[in-house]
Order: sequence, then C-alpha cells, then structure tokens
Amino acid sequence: MATPAESVPLTTDNPLVIAGTSYHSRLLVGTGKYKDNEETRQAIEASGAQIITVAIRRSNIGQNPDEPNLLDVIPVDKYTLLPNTAGCYTVEDAVRTCRLARELLDGHKLVKLEVLGDEKTLFPDVTATIEAAEILVKDGFDVMVYTNDDPLIAKRLDDIGCAAVMPLAAPIGSGLGIRNPYNILTIIENANVPILVDAGVGTASDAAIAMELGCDGILMNTAIAAAKNPVLMASAMKKATEAGREAYLAGRMPKKRFASASSPVDGLFF
Amino acid sequence: MNITVNGENRSLDPEASLGQLLEMLGLNGKRIAVEVNRDIVPRSDYEHFKLSENDTIEIVNAIGGG
Repeated sequence: MATPAESVPLTTDNPLVIAGTSYHSRLLVGTGKYKDNEETRQAIEASGAQIITVAIRRSNIGQNPDEPNLLDVIPVDKYTLLPNTAGCYTVEDAVRTCRLARELLDGHKLVKLEVLGDEKTLFPDVTATIEAAEILVKDGFDVMVYTNDDPLIAKRLDDIGCAAVMPLAAPIGSGLGIRNPYNILTIIENANVPILVDAGVGTASDAAIAMELGCDGILMNTAIAAAKNPVLMASAMKKATEAGREAYLAGRMPKKRFASASSPVDGLFF
Repeated sequence: MNITVNGENRSLDPEASLGQLLEMLGLNGKRIAVEVNRDIVPRSDYEHFKLSENDTIEIVNAIGGG
C-alpha cells in the first residue's frame, strides 16, 4: 500500500524581526470591534499572531466595576502588545498617548503611531506623522508607523529611524483590498526596515496579495472582527499570510499573453 | 478638595494621595497609567503623591483597538 510522502519543510524562512525581536508569525492583529473578550481571544489564537494591537483609553472609574479586562485574554507574557495612537489627530495627542502606553506597559517601547488627518477617510496626516515619529524615535520608542501608500513619505519615515513602516492598503476598516500595489512594491523595494500593510485588507486573498508583493507582514483588525465568523476568518488570514509569503519566496512564473501547453507535444500518437 | 478625574468632578479629603484616590475608585493593582496635570506619575509614586485642589487626573488602560 502506498504511504503518503512525509511532509518536510520546503524552505526555512527568516523570521520577521522588529526592533531586534524575532517573530515567526507575519500576521499582526487588532483587538477592536469584537463581540466580547472571549471572541477576541479565540480569533487571536486562530490567527497565530504574536503582536497584538490595543488602544489606550480612559479607565472605567467605578461606573462599571466588573468590566472585563482585555489584558486578561492577551497576557503580556504571551504576546507582544502594540499600543496604538488611534483617534489622535495631533502630534501632541499621539506623543502623549505613547508615553502613557509606555508607563502602562512597564517601559515597553514598541508603539504603533498613527496621526489621523480626516474623519471620513481616516487617512494619515503625513506631516504630523513625520513630526511625531521624530519626537518618539528621539525619546527611545520603537515606532511602527501607519502611513499612506506614498513611497517618498515611507522612505522619510524609514530614514527617521522608525522600526517598521506600515502603508495602508486602503482606508481603515474599508475592506477594499490593496488599491495601489505598485506603490506598495516601490515602498518595499526602497525599504531598510520591515514594511507591513496596515489597514484596508478585506479578505484572505488581499492578505495573500500583500505578502506576494513582498511585504514583511500584515496588520489587520476589521477584516477579521467584522467577518460573520471572525474565528474562521482569523484562521483563513493566517493561511493566506503564510501562503502569500511562500509564493513570494518561491518566485512566481512570468505572466504570458498566450498559452503554453503543460503536456509535451512530442510522442503524440495521432 | 475638588479634583477632576477622567473628566468627572470628584471630592476628596484634603491631602489625599493618588494611591488613596485609586483605592477609592477600585483601581489599586489594576494595569493603568496615570497623569496628574498632564505629567505621568510612575506607578511606584502613587502612594506618596499628594493631590492638590483642582488637579486634573487622567487614568487610562488598554482596550480593544486596531
């Protein structure tokens, strides 16, 4: 009886290295918009993500004393937390939020910087983003910075000393997929630090496309949390991220306009 | 004395410490960060940090977000 071929690893990929720490997962996930903490926990587990974003907000001061704590389901000894500056529209608010996050997480230096410019699109205010990134890098933070898909701005942020540059695929929460793959490709080609697509991914194929372009990783939240079955989508995103990465490493075949037979023409008997 | 905590007015005994306020709010030992008048107060200073009339206090924690 035939035995199935043993599964052997085909290639050993390098880990994703951010600010000197290695991660085997190239999928980073957020914790917003879930039904409850249990669903958040299950989705994170299914995604295989090791870096998890959180937001910093006012604590409950007695209005709801039994409110569950998010950090109970994402323990700081198991995951790398990535506090974000979501909701910040000024340099001052973003820097202040990062400093509070550092105190909250006992000196933790890794932050996700986003300085927003407009409520309708949630596009980044890139000049404010650059200014905030300069302040935070000087202050010793490891800054993963959300930005537009503009190669020149991405390079500036790289040169400032950000730990990772994270261009959007499409507006935050839009699920529109990668709207400008050639810009993302240019950003990747110019980069000295990891490039992660952050925001705009809608479904698994979008994640695969981002990774096939050569992104070092992907950060997403709504694509998982707003799926009908978030835990299943988290699993799909894990596989798509891995599949896209493998396809990138494998090197795709060239595209041709016309057909090329897969079976040999020699030896035809008719 | 009167202080503002997370945008709400609260009354406290004069000379109360930040640690006492946090205990009153049930936040002792919770993973939070605190600013008094925009300056971060390290966790190790809570007990000894004396609050003053009209102080503005922000207490934050981590919640779900992308």
